[in-house]
Amino acid sequence: MHGAAAMREIAVVAFAQTDHRRTTDELSEVEMLMPVLHGVLEQTGLKTADIDFTCSGSSDYLAGRAFSFTLALDGVGAWPPISESHVEMDGAWALYEAWTKLLTGDADTALVYSYGKSSPGSVRDVLTRQLDPYYVAPLWPDSVALAALQAQALIDAGDTDEPALAEVASRSRTDASANSHAQVRGSVPQGDYVVRPLRTGDCPPIGDGAAAVILAAGERARELCERPAWIRGIDHRIEAHGLGVRELTDSPSTRLAAEKAGAFERPVDTAELHAPFTAQEVVLRKALRLGDEVRVNPSGGALAANPVMAAGLIRIGEAAARIHRGESDRALAHATSGPCLQQNLVAVLEGDPR
Amino acid sequence: MAEVLKAPLVLEFPFTRSLGPVQSAFLTGLRERVVLGVKTGDGRTLVPPVEYDPVTAEEIRDLVEVGATGTVTTWAWNHEPRRGQPLGTPFAWVLVRLDGADTALLHALDAPGPEAVHTGMRVRVRWAEERVGAITDIACFEPYEGDETRQLGDHTGEFESMVTGIVAPARLDYVYSPGRAQTDYIHALSEQRTVGERCPSCRKVYVPPRGACPTCGVATAEHVEVGPRGTVTTFCIVNIKAKNLDIEVPYVYAHIALDGADLALHGRIGGIPYDQVRMGLRVEAVWSEGGRYPDHYRPTGEPDADYDVYKELL
Repeated sequence: MHGAAAMREIAVVAFAQTDHRRTTDELSEVEMLMPVLHGVLEQTGLKTADIDFTCSGSSDYLAGRAFSFTLALDGVGAWPPISESHVEMDGAWALYEAWTKLLTGDADTALVYSYGKSSPGSVRDVLTRQLDPYYVAPLWPDSVALAALQAQALIDAGDTDEPALAEVASRSRTDASANSHAQVRGSVPQGDYVVRPLRTGDCPPIGDGAAAVILAAGERARELCERPAWIRGIDHRIEAHGLGVRELTDSPSTRLAAEKAGAFERPVDTAELHAPFTAQEVVLRKALRLGDEVRVNPSGGALAANPVMAAGLIRIGEAAARIHRGESDRALAHATSGPCLQQNLVAVLEGDPR
Repeated sequence: MAEVLKAPLVLEFPFTRSLGPVQSAFLTGLRERVVLGVKTGDGRTLVPPVEYDPVTAEEIRDLVEVGATGTVTTWAWNHEPRRGQPLGTPFAWVLVRLDGADTALLHALDAPGPEAVHTGMRVRVRWAEERVGAITDIACFEPYEGDETRQLGDHTGEFESMVTGIVAPARLDYVYSPGRAQTDYIHALSEQRTVGERCPSCRKVYVPPRGACPTCGVATAEHVEVGPRGTVTTFCIVNIKAKNLDIEVPYVYAHIALDGADLALHGRIGGIPYDQVRMGLRVEAVWSEGGRYPDHYRPTGEPDADYDVYKELL
């Protein structure tokens, strides 16, 4: 949605994330989550009671812990009862729901959080359970295999090759050196094939982590943050679930979401792309028409830390944080869900002129 | 801090799913070694066939037979097959556009190595020996150098004894850890002590602790030993015998506020006829030999607690 005349101005005013790690055995989900919840409250000076709406994203399948999202609410302080919602999706979609809630005027502030604990299970196998249960899931095609089919299609189309993918991996991990939260940073070998043509370096690290964001509307945002990251537009689109129906070398859903979010109206200086696999960055750059002048994934992106269900929200948070710090004036943030970039969300964030 | 507890956890369940008419025909066809596609309004043939046009959402029911041979549109070499995948030896994942189809089907290709696979190569279905009406009735694809001009069949998707459902077993393996707070609680229990945690803000003591105060949203850490005695705050009488549970019915299951705790936990009441259990009854934990948690709670013989003492804990 974009461009409605009387739309409320809504901004990301705070962002926090955990250090993302391969395992967090010593922490339950709520124990992992609490520091980031407290982090965004401290940044804004808000208390639990000041939050008008709370929305979260997570999946119980990751850790195999039924109703973990209700236990996670303990970390919010949900008693007396709060206005709350949950999506079984990446936190970026929880943010979208919170944004619409603020648009209605029912709320002026919203807390959005998400978390993923992949370490207790085998995330490659867990993610097969989101596939078409009739024709696809019975074959147990894991997440790397599906991404590898997409990568090979790109190579066949001449859009990339293995050295180019290695460069994406290397650039991401090098950029992540400056990101203390990242799980994989610095010089990392491309490694062996996991599922050819993808090597370990082309794949995201598996790990646990959480993130939280606070949204605020209008003047409230200016009170809470020196330089709010205004959401100028945000939209999400989905493609057919059948992999053989889709054109895997392109992402029309990303392009359409970006168009609806107003991304093409003026150039962005920064883009945080949720591309868990190197080849997916190639697809997204093309769909979003990002030139070399755009700073892509200064955080290192999902190749540096990919807590499933939080990695998309972290893209929005990272883009917003750069605006907060004055390092960006107009940034694009992207989140994805499903195999081979099935569903895509694009947000355009701007800071006030300096 | 005590060592964090971990235990294997297996989630396993069979999903029983009913099929729509197009899925039913397609999967029944596989059982009969016939591959069916479905025609869209604009004349494309979708394989595998779906009930609704992915572009227009129009209901589509026009089934056509396509070839059991086709062309690889993309592939990925899987040198380490995982549990449940179509082949136990290294294979290629492939999207295959079958002859006569406009879309591609995901499956496995049995090939000697990645050198033997390329986009554009010709393949054909290798049928499973036992077929039940499932996508796995296609065992996999195999390279095929034969004649491309073979006539397609004209099957329209009507078979005797149509498959109307599938059972899809799912299994996921985890190594579960309950986190710090619950680990501490379980360790203490194995020493026959019940240890909760106090909220630094509202001072309430949570038993069992989960590491956070749900009212204040802050971490709890201060250990507080509670009990061993407590008060029945409320209860119910269980009249249905649970499977695999060696307890005579009727019995009483109760909420018990251990002395010093601000949250009631639950447990079975024994050592007293079920119809004599009452709110306010004073009880204590009974540990079976070597038990890592209380087997049940029994009356202490103390006078009943006043309602005012425990009414906030109901």
